[in-house]
Amino acid sequence: MTSSLRLRAGLVSIALLAAFLGIWHLATRSTAPVAAMSPEYAKLMGLTATQGKSAMPGPLDVGAKLWEHLKRPFYDNGPNDKGLGIQLGYSIARVGLGYLLAVLVAIPLGFLIGMSPLLSKALDPFIQVLKPISPLAWMPLALYTIKDSSISAIFVIFICSIWPMLLNTVFGVASVRKEWINVARTLEVGTLRRAFTVILPAAAPTILTGMRISIGIAWLVIVAAEMLVGGTGIGYFVWNEWNNLSITNVIIAILLIGIVGMLLDQILARFTRMVTFPE
Amino acid sequence: MSTFDNPFDPDRNLRAGCVCGEHRSAAEHEQAASALRCEPVESEEKRYEGVVASAVMRAMFPQDAARRAFLRSVGASTALAALSQFFPIKTATEVFAETGAPEKKDLKVGFIPITCATPIIMAAPLGFYAKHGLNVEVVKTAGWAVIRDKTINKEYDAAHMLAPMPIAISLGLGANAIPFSVPAIENINGQGIVLAMKHKDKRDPKDWKGLKFAIPFDYSMHNYLLRYYLAEHGIDPDTDVQLRSVPPPEMVANLRADNIDGFLAPDNICQRAIYDGVGFMHLLSKEIWDGHPCCSFAASREFITTAPNSFAALTRAIVDATAYASKAENRKQIAEAIAPANYINAPVTVLEQVLTGTYADGLGGVKTDAKRVDFDPFPWQSFAVWMLTQMKRWGQIKGDVDYKAVAEQVYLATDTRKLMTEMGLSPPASSYKSFAVMGKNFDPAKPEDYVASFKIRKAS
Repeated sequence: MTSSLRLRAGLVSIALLAAFLGIWHLATRSTAPVAAMSPEYAKLMGLTATQGKSAMPGPLDVGAKLWEHLKRPFYDNGPNDKGLGIQLGYSIARVGLGYLLAVLVAIPLGFLIGMSPLLSKALDPFIQVLKPISPLAWMPLALYTIKDSSISAIFVIFICSIWPMLLNTVFGVASVRKEWINVARTLEVGTLRRAFTVILPAAAPTILTGMRISIGIAWLVIVAAEMLVGGTGIGYFVWNEWNNLSITNVIIAILLIGIVGMLLDQILARFTRMVTFPE
Repeated sequence: MSTFDNPFDPDRNLRAGCVCGEHRSAAEHEQAASALRCEPVESEEKRYEGVVASAVMRAMFPQDAARRAFLRSVGASTALAALSQFFPIKTATEVFAETGAPEKKDLKVGFIPITCATPIIMAAPLGFYAKHGLNVEVVKTAGWAVIRDKTINKEYDAAHMLAPMPIAISLGLGANAIPFSVPAIENINGQGIVLAMKHKDKRDPKDWKGLKFAIPFDYSMHNYLLRYYLAEHGIDPDTDVQLRSVPPPEMVANLRADNIDGFLAPDNICQRAIYDGVGFMHLLSKEIWDGHPCCSFAASREFITTAPNSFAALTRAIVDATAYASKAENRKQIAEAIAPANYINAPVTVLEQVLTGTYADGLGGVKTDAKRVDFDPFPWQSFAVWMLTQMKRWGQIKGDVDYKAVAEQVYLATDTRKLMTEMGLSPPASSYKSFAVMGKNFDPAKPEDYVASFKIRKAS
């Protein structure tokens, strides 16, 4: 039964994709009327102007360009032109570093706050104010104080991925069932041991959910941050191709950003499933 | 024979045995010749000696075959000794080396991908930096504010900036005041006003009330020229039209999307809008002020004082590249060199139209203007004074301005003149010149009167 459902869902997915590509192809065919122009003038003009080619590339253009990129993902033509593989590598490294720092800060801090109602109440206003700030709003401040654009980008990842993790850790730790803690208390388990053997496993699913939200946000933000500071990374690639008004390459980058984002999410989802327990 | 090859090496591929016949083995020959070899470079002086000696050798034997025959017959050390008899290579080297070895060889220079940055960019692929002993990485940057911050942060040693930016930074407008200097102007002319296709019949600026225009940055010649142009036609740029700061690449997209009615932007952006059929060229900036500066090559005073020789070498490379770019016959080659994704990232046709001056105007005509964009490195201090008058006119500077002092501090006309003379170029003798903007004369000696003479300006 489930296998047939999966099969049917797959078929519907493929049909939707085909329909989407078909409509895309039809919508971007050259239809615009072409003004008459002298050949000398036409030589100086682009295809949009001379052949009425749509400014939006069709799926075939994108496919051909994608194949070109996939054939040589790691080329290096100097500091401003590197292959997509290298650009993605830079972005993933930045996200990884910023995210790891956020994990190192958010989880211990969240634990402390969650276990102490006093701290929780005292820090709450700060967290509530800092949480909704767009991470990119930190960018000028970071650039100004850190004085290094690549570290600033990592800082922005750090600051944007810290809040969901922190709040989820606090929530997870604070809402561990009282019975379990009371049992631990009756058995005279020490605070530290209680934290690691009772609270941590109980709060783990919530913490990992926070981490999963964070990695999603971090990946969203890195693209924007790299567009801002430039240099390397997939965000820079988008900006560079935008500079050249090469929509084809921008679409390819969008596709790749989506795929990498999905993979990162799936990895965290797998971890979450590992620590989930039935109650 | 390249300048840095060993002038006394008759054959680069050393065969078995000694090539000159003076030594018993190739190793011995190597050892004897190593005193004269350029590679590996033992010291800066050695390299300069090589440069000087090779220049002398080239002068004496213009033909490579004759030089080789001479070296083969007498051997390298004999040749050097013979040469020194009548040409003081040591002294010449000392004189040459006085320009000094760069303190820092690996430099980073930021640029914005527009044709204004042509000399800065092309100096990398065409080897002008290397020629002056530098290893420069040119880094593409996302916008003017970012390039300013990265240069202030010392991520870049020097950068491509809009001509008024170093003045604004030095004065602390829109940023903390940090002394910056301009040793060279990148380009003159090379901008244009492009309007959306739907304004084809609205060519008189008097009809432009209510339109939306884009400019690249507040502290830009684009801003001042557009404001000047509008004001001369009776349009108050602050109240009658909207001026928006938009990054150049987004200008074409915004024009297509009908968010703006036109823009005053670098030529490659203008030409791109025409190339894509979304706009037409209303006016070249050259027609507003022929010979106006646009972008500059800027460095912080701190860099100049801590690494004066690097800075001098960098300036020489830029001046060299600018001289090369100013020649019409080189423009096609330059367009091809700077078009790839690593540099400007634009279709070659577009850059060629900008640099050669034969371009489609967007209305079906092909126009030719060889001086559409031009390159002249000399940082006229009167340019700086003019920019200051416009900053004052539009309320960017409040209060009194010491025009001359600021201009002389930021625009290093004296140093560049000295450097250009050393390079065998002929810079102008004065640092100030009068010029006309839309037929109205500007006298750099009377900036206050000039500001006061405009009817349309921001009330201060």
